[in-house]
Amino acid sequence: MSYINAKNLFKEYGTGAATVTAVGGVNLCVNAGEFVAVMGESGSGKSTLLSMLGGLNAPTSGSFLVDGVDVYALTSDGRADFRKKSIGFVFQNFHLLPYLTLAENVMLPLAIVKMGKKQKLAAAIDALARVGLSDKAHRLPNQISGGEQERVAIARAVVNHPPIILADEPTGNLDTHTGSEIMKLLTALNHEGITVIMVTHSNEYAHYARRLIRLSDGRVVDEGTNLRSPQSRRVKSDRTRKRGKKHGKRAGTK
Amino acid sequence: MTLKNIVINNLRRRKARAIFVLVGLLIGVSTVVGLISLVQEMKKDINHKLEMYGANILIVPKTENLSLTYGGMSLGGFSFDMEEIRQDEVAKIKTIKNSANVAAVGPMVLGPITVGGHRILLAGVDFTAAQILRPWWSVKGKFPAGENGVIIGSDASRISGLKPGDKVTVRGRPLPVTGVLEATGSQDDGLIFAPLPVAQGILGKQGRISMVEVAALCSGCPIPEMVKQISAVLPSGNVMAIQQVVKGRMETIGHFQKFSYGVSALVLLVGCLMVLVTMMGSVRERTIEIGIFRAMGFRKSHVLRIILLEAALVAAVAGIAGYFAGLGATRLLLPLFTQGQGHGAVSLDPIMAATAFLASIMLGIAASLYPALMAARLDPNEALRAL
Repeated sequence: MSYINAKNLFKEYGTGAATVTAVGGVNLCVNAGEFVAVMGESGSGKSTLLSMLGGLNAPTSGSFLVDGVDVYALTSDGRADFRKKSIGFVFQNFHLLPYLTLAENVMLPLAIVKMGKKQKLAAAIDALARVGLSDKAHRLPNQISGGEQERVAIARAVVNHPPIILADEPTGNLDTHTGSEIMKLLTALNHEGITVIMVTHSNEYAHYARRLIRLSDGRVVDEGTNLRSPQSRRVKSDRTRKRGKKHGKRAGTK
Repeated sequence: MTLKNIVINNLRRRKARAIFVLVGLLIGVSTVVGLISLVQEMKKDINHKLEMYGANILIVPKTENLSLTYGGMSLGGFSFDMEEIRQDEVAKIKTIKNSANVAAVGPMVLGPITVGGHRILLAGVDFTAAQILRPWWSVKGKFPAGENGVIIGSDASRISGLKPGDKVTVRGRPLPVTGVLEATGSQDDGLIFAPLPVAQGILGKQGRISMVEVAALCSGCPIPEMVKQISAVLPSGNVMAIQQVVKGRMETIGHFQKFSYGVSALVLLVGCLMVLVTMMGSVRERTIEIGIFRAMGFRKSHVLRIILLEAALVAAVAGIAGYFAGLGATRLLLPLFTQGQGHGAVSLDPIMAATAFLASIMLGIAASLYPALMAARLDPNEALRAL
């Protein structure tokens, strides 16, 4: 069974004739450590699906299991605990709290965790170091660039070591170069074993993912392995290298 | 990083809102503290004036005769030869339940004497108690020391021609005149005052007294209740309260107190509404922030605690500041309510300070409860859609 298992997820808003179906019967299985990009036009249901996967938005029907736990069968507090332990969110507009320093922003998810003050700070500095910003820990968000703010948002998402990162358009407000840096960072985190599900408009950034899912009108219209992803390319080059060695051996034998 | 840090940092950032909440509660608390302090100080002032006024309970021997005096004219029916109270019974006044409220007990023996051919009333008093009971007395000369000497009322001095340094012989006993009372406009002007044992000896009334004056502090003890208690221990006496003065003044204070409570309740209500509206605005403004908290795994109770802790912190500051502001306002206003004769400085009251502090926190929390619940119940998905 997959790590993340969504079966026939429906999300409808409104009632009667005014009913709008945001997500209409999505089935999704994601293995632990996968990097999945969800693509689609505006209004295709990407963000609604992501919020359902994050335990923030109960589906109208369907089931959603993470590691065998039916998330929407949990109580409100149970779902909050699920988010605390299992999910790290990365938002498009960073959404750092302007009145907190970078270290304090990163420490936010730890505010509700029983840990010593020094341990929390050490965890925050460690997370900032992972995104290359440990030297700016005591600055305020308005004292750093947009790309750096997104990196802080990623540090905040990983500070409590969640197994899943849900990123909603993480490169949406960034230039191409900075966007690529963010994608490399997400890829690196994925290589550490974190499952990443990312919503994006951009074909360029989507190709960092191992698997692509395309949504239209709330339905999955296309799904497949992305052969252009760094991961796929690495697998491909490994295979080629192995094949080359085999051929070499054969040639040598001959 | 704890919830407390989030609250403190948010208050630092949103200073204007915090100040608005603070001012709302501060006005409420300072008004309540100010009005209550004012009422307390007015009561103190009245008590002080009552003390200055002298006796407010009079004990005379029981008699079947009616006093036929009006406007200072004696028309008969009252005799100084009537029954008397035994002096040893007077000590029982100090044993009543409200004895702590008895400021002074002044036994007095009265009897007519002849001085230089003039019939004058001799009053035997305890001069220490008399000075508390008649604080308006002003003496040319001095009060008699020990049991030797008399002071003379201004009219008696004028009629008899006696002045300080003279000697007056009463029933063969020579007594030095140590002082003459300044005119008081009362019956005291026509009397000769001698120490109680001396007067009892001259009048042949050893161990007996004609009347007792009692100065009672009326704060915390109703005078009628004290009258009942004294009547119970002194069955031979007719105990009377100078009720009109006490009652009238206390009723005025009572009305003011009720008015104060009404105004306080109204001001507190307005203060609470200010807090409610401000906190509602704050919650709306922080929708995204709350959405982020919830996405990170904050429970509803965590959000509730953040909002209530914020309100409690501001309310605590408002409680302390409000107490001192109220105290300051009382100091400024007290002279207006006591005709410039406020009794002493308005003092710090630790109980009232603690009450103001705790009440402010409770009101702040109560007024913020609805916005806090609104924030806690905020659908995290709705908040995220606002992103």
